[in-house]
Amino acid sequence: MLLTVMASYVWAQDPVLKAPGAVSAGQSVKLAVQGHGSATFYLVGPDRVLKRKISLGEEIEIAAEDLKTAGKYEAIACNGGNCSNTQFNVLPSQPAQLIFFLHPSRVPVSSGNAVNATALVLDREKNVVWSSANVNFKIDLPDGSSSTRAVPTTRGIASFAMDSRSRQGKVQVTASLDDVSEPRVIQQVAAEACGLRMTAAPTGRFMTFQTDPIRDCGGNPLPDGTIVSFTKTDSTGRSTVDSPIKKDRAVARFEVTGPAKVSVACGVVVGNELSLGGAR
Amino acid sequence: MKWTLALVVTVITALLLAGGWIQSGGMKLHAERAAGTPEEAVRALMADIQAHDWAHAYARLERSNHLQEADFVREVGGSDGSLRTYSSLQSFDIWPVHADSEHATLRVRMNWSSAIGSLDEVRDLQVAREGSVWKVVWPKPNFPDVPLQVLPVNYLRWDVIGRRSDDWGSASVDTPRVRIISMNAVERPDSVVIVGEVENEDTVPAYLNISAALLKPDGSPLSQQDSFDAIAHRLLPKQVSPYRIDFPGARLSQVKSVRIDAHPLLIPASADPVISVESQNVAKDALGRTTLKGALVNQSGQTVNIAQVLAVFYDSAGKPIWVSDGYVEDALLPQAPVPFAVDIPGDVASRMHDYHVAVNHYIAPTT
Repeated sequence: MLLTVMASYVWAQDPVLKAPGAVSAGQSVKLAVQGHGSATFYLVGPDRVLKRKISLGEEIEIAAEDLKTAGKYEAIACNGGNCSNTQFNVLPSQPAQLIFFLHPSRVPVSSGNAVNATALVLDREKNVVWSSANVNFKIDLPDGSSSTRAVPTTRGIASFAMDSRSRQGKVQVTASLDDVSEPRVIQQVAAEACGLRMTAAPTGRFMTFQTDPIRDCGGNPLPDGTIVSFTKTDSTGRSTVDSPIKKDRAVARFEVTGPAKVSVACGVVVGNELSLGGAR
Repeated sequence: MKWTLALVVTVITALLLAGGWIQSGGMKLHAERAAGTPEEAVRALMADIQAHDWAHAYARLERSNHLQEADFVREVGGSDGSLRTYSSLQSFDIWPVHADSEHATLRVRMNWSSAIGSLDEVRDLQVAREGSVWKVVWPKPNFPDVPLQVLPVNYLRWDVIGRRSDDWGSASVDTPRVRIISMNAVERPDSVVIVGEVENEDTVPAYLNISAALLKPDGSPLSQQDSFDAIAHRLLPKQVSPYRIDFPGARLSQVKSVRIDAHPLLIPASADPVISVESQNVAKDALGRTTLKGALVNQSGQTVNIAQVLAVFYDSAGKPIWVSDGYVEDALLPQAPVPFAVDIPGDVASRMHDYHVAVNHYIAPTT
């Protein structure tokens, strides 16, 4: 009787789990579990739950596949109604990937703090790397010049805002960390028209109205296809035409048979007005 | 017994056919085919147009003006993929304007059901007596006669290329930047209407829709609507379009505030065609209504099948007080002016200080 009781004590000992040390995401780990006999092992993680039979006294190997997500894990071993548990943290591994947003994809020139660059540092398992690191941003401008800026990450994010430059064209910003780099390109585009002006010239019974090259206040030509509105007002009423810029200029043609006023506008920018058949 | 059953079936079938004929207006049609009075002549003509019976309709016309059947059919039935080609005469009303023993003038209001909804057309028709019958004098249409020429069209177009990635953080292209530059809530007898203008501030074309919600004092939405077709959806860079959003049945007293959103999309587009709006004038029409009239001229080389005119009217402070829209039933052939008219409500006409007209267009894809 005594032997039976002792044997059952020896062979059905409560399991005791021992937490591992620092664990990196995506690495396998071994957990020591004391005791004798068999038990059921559970692993509860941020994105999964495992259950399997184990033999007490042997190490439990948890595969790298099951430890991809960084966060808090709880290991539980149960033998009948007796359970033992332990917790351990899986930390992000080395930076291996950058998620990089460069916004907006088109920005008017000379706009303050208009461009936002945000990089998110991830490890190879796509966990945010919380530990501080310096992300380098290399800015290549349309005139060929370039500059760099190092921004430390806070909670895995490095971010800064910058002014758009005064010349239109492509701006490439490359975010890099160690041997990982991500380039993005945005377009700096002309701002509102500045000093919009047109002239008139007779062509048969029509008058042709042509703008001077349309540029913004920084001298950047507005892109072809931008709409310029011409309005003629005379005794027959009002005539309007929305004409797209072609080769930096917009052109409209009206039949003018008497005194008339012609004005020009581009979006909310109003240009000069011509009085025909009277004082100009 | 067998013959009796066959006879009964035949009689019932004949009765049903007769009933169907009467139900579908056959009696009325038959009466309208006779033209003993000016009104009967116009009524019969309208019935033939309604039935797309062009040959019969043409036969009812007085032809001293050498009107050709093809021209008549082209005017009434439409051509070049115009809105009229997608329309049919739904109903009509006739009332006399003037009559003597030989001539009469009748005013006809035609209601067309079309691809974009119901359209009204008012015409004064001259009717002349020919012996014992009256015939309609259909005015000879003046179709534009553009001389054969080569018109170079080299406007640019924008294409959107490359794969659109759904991967988070991958390179992307922003939607166009648009701005609502004015907005005004107006109370009409049967509705609340939001009117205003929107500008594409970007350097790329936009497909745009505007939605609005009327909010109650507790912040909950009273009603939500969008601009539907009362906007130029396709906006080129720096182009401005009026918009109107109707809230039928709503009252301004129920509304605390308005939430308005623009929904732009980046689309491929062409800067062609350019359509000018010429000889714009505010005048009264035959029914005494105030209308904005003018002519559209397609300055490009491609036929525009359906054109829509959008006009925003401002008060003396420059605030938009109304947006009217109207479709042009004829196709815009290159270089040929096509008249248009849009209604202006009476109270708007009295307060209107200025206006701006924009043109929306549709070109049928070529096969």
